[in-house]
Amino acid sequence: MSAPVDVAADELERGFEATLAAQRRIEPRDWMPEGYRATLVRQIAQHAHSEIIGMQPEGDWLLAAPSLRRKAVLLAKVQDEAGHGMYLYAAAETLGVDRDDLTDRLVEGRQKYSSIFNYPTLTYADVGVIGWLVDGAAICNQVPLCRSSYGPYARAMVRICKEESFHQRQGYELLLTMMRGTDEQRAMVQDAVDRWWWPSLMMFGPPDTDSPNTARSMAWGIKRHTNDELRQRFVDMTVPQAEFLGVTLPDPELSLDPATGHHRFGAIDWDEFRRVLAGGGPCNAERITRRRAARDDGAWVREAAAAHAAKHGAAHAAKQTGRTA
Amino acid sequence: MHEETVYDALTGAPDDARWAFGTGFDDPLAGVDTTVPEGVAPADLGAYCLMLGDDALVLAQRLTEWITRAPELEEEVAVANIALDLLGQARLLLARTAAAGVLGPCRERAGASVPDEDALAYFRDPGEFRCTALAAAPNGDFAHLVVRLLAAATLRLAAFDRLRSSRDPVLAAVAAKGVAELSYAREHAARWVVRLGDGTAESHRRIRAAVEAVAPLLADVFTPTDVELRLAAGGAAVDPAALRAEVLGVLDAVLAHATLEPPSWPAGAPPRGRLGDHGPEVAELLAGLQGLARAHPEATW
Repeated sequence: MSAPVDVAADELERGFEATLAAQRRIEPRDWMPEGYRATLVRQIAQHAHSEIIGMQPEGDWLLAAPSLRRKAVLLAKVQDEAGHGMYLYAAAETLGVDRDDLTDRLVEGRQKYSSIFNYPTLTYADVGVIGWLVDGAAICNQVPLCRSSYGPYARAMVRICKEESFHQRQGYELLLTMMRGTDEQRAMVQDAVDRWWWPSLMMFGPPDTDSPNTARSMAWGIKRHTNDELRQRFVDMTVPQAEFLGVTLPDPELSLDPATGHHRFGAIDWDEFRRVLAGGGPCNAERITRRRAARDDGAWVREAAAAHAAKHGAAHAAKQTGRTA
Repeated sequence: MHEETVYDALTGAPDDARWAFGTGFDDPLAGVDTTVPEGVAPADLGAYCLMLGDDALVLAQRLTEWITRAPELEEEVAVANIALDLLGQARLLLARTAAAGVLGPCRERAGASVPDEDALAYFRDPGEFRCTALAAAPNGDFAHLVVRLLAAATLRLAAFDRLRSSRDPVLAAVAAKGVAELSYAREHAARWVVRLGDGTAESHRRIRAAVEAVAPLLADVFTPTDVELRLAAGGAAVDPAALRAEVLGVLDAVLAHATLEPPSWPAGAPPRGRLGDHGPEVAELLAGLQGLARAHPEATW
């Protein structure tokens, strides 16, 4: 009895491969291998979690932003990050998972988020450096994902990348302004660059020699470039920006290789990367604790919204809230 | 491919023209005629805009405390949105205050590089703030958030609706823009009050407690100061006493819809906050708002 099923599965698989080969998009109702679905769920959820956890380090400066204009800019940025989280969770939901369940997996430590957000924001220059380097690295990673083989993810990334690009400019503009300010401000900027440079390079993930899933993800069109390719591109683009800004990147080995036109850079401390990823960073516990508290403290609100919707009809409630159970 | 180059070109052009806001920003009312109309005392107008501006600034700060702590991502976006609207109103009103010539000692405390709006927001002491307790009271739970927001937005909307015809064209324009924003804020809060009032037993209990906690904060909001009376007589401001029936009527209607008994609204009390007499929560809020800016009075942000 198994033969016809296998034949059908073969045909489905061939159709899937043909779609990829033709550079067309896989859509939610298309057949897809379980491994493809699981990889996408993991990647999109991790990206969504990063947006939401990423609200915290900068959010810590919302109340203390040093001018009303900077406060407005930062508040709008953090709001955008919540929006990005929403698009991405929605993209993940097209693969048959549920946002609340993904949030549970995050707070229970079963899914990860970008380890960069486990570092603290010590001065206001960190807000600018996060925009410039962290959002810059994120853009390098994410722009190729606008061509991801999975339609909903690719479309979400188009909008997200536009906004990230805006955030990066705002961050760089803050740093330019601070570099024209007082000596203390210039020192703040350099200190922030010193602290964020290496973690930013780690955002591209482990070296290709130690990234076992890369080949399969590239074959599936979920990933378009290797970690090391993207990291090199980021370094090459950032060096002239650092010069223009007037800061020194904290790597004595950083130099232009005239033969290749690329910058050579020093060895990354992968032990630190693994330690922070495994929960040993300065702020891992704090980030998850706050996310869990928001989930738990808000449970009664979500229950009430659901109860109200049930009493008054789902259509009416959907119109009111956009989203209730 | 163009999509690969989004990150390029942060550097290159030597001028600042490519930045979204430009650097060296200093006045949200740049290009606007800020002449105070004849018959309106500039000192009164400045003091009045400070009252309205401080309410917006302080409430925006309270709403911002909710960011990363809201019960749903949709609420993160909504609360940030309302806070941004209020912050925008605060900036215009503080700039209007400064343009009317009402700056006081904060201008001396702030460095020359600090714009007037920031001198007012960051370099005034708590006793120089003119916010009401309704705007400044510490946050509670989500029920408290939506009840306070409902009350504050209803009151402010009633005032702004009338201020659209203020004799000061700048204030009238700020109010006209604010009416749409405040209508959204009031609507958003009202929907949550109804949802929580008519949700579960737990949410009903919490929203009732929030109404009991917020109602006393309305004691002084309808009591006019001398400044408001003088300006209202000249058609530049609103006498808050004239808003009482409308505001409480709206609140009663929303609470009834939420299956809640209206509270006994408090009798009128002297406008302490408007005269700079605040509880310790205002000093605490301002310490968080102002600390960094005050540590670097000569800095440029």
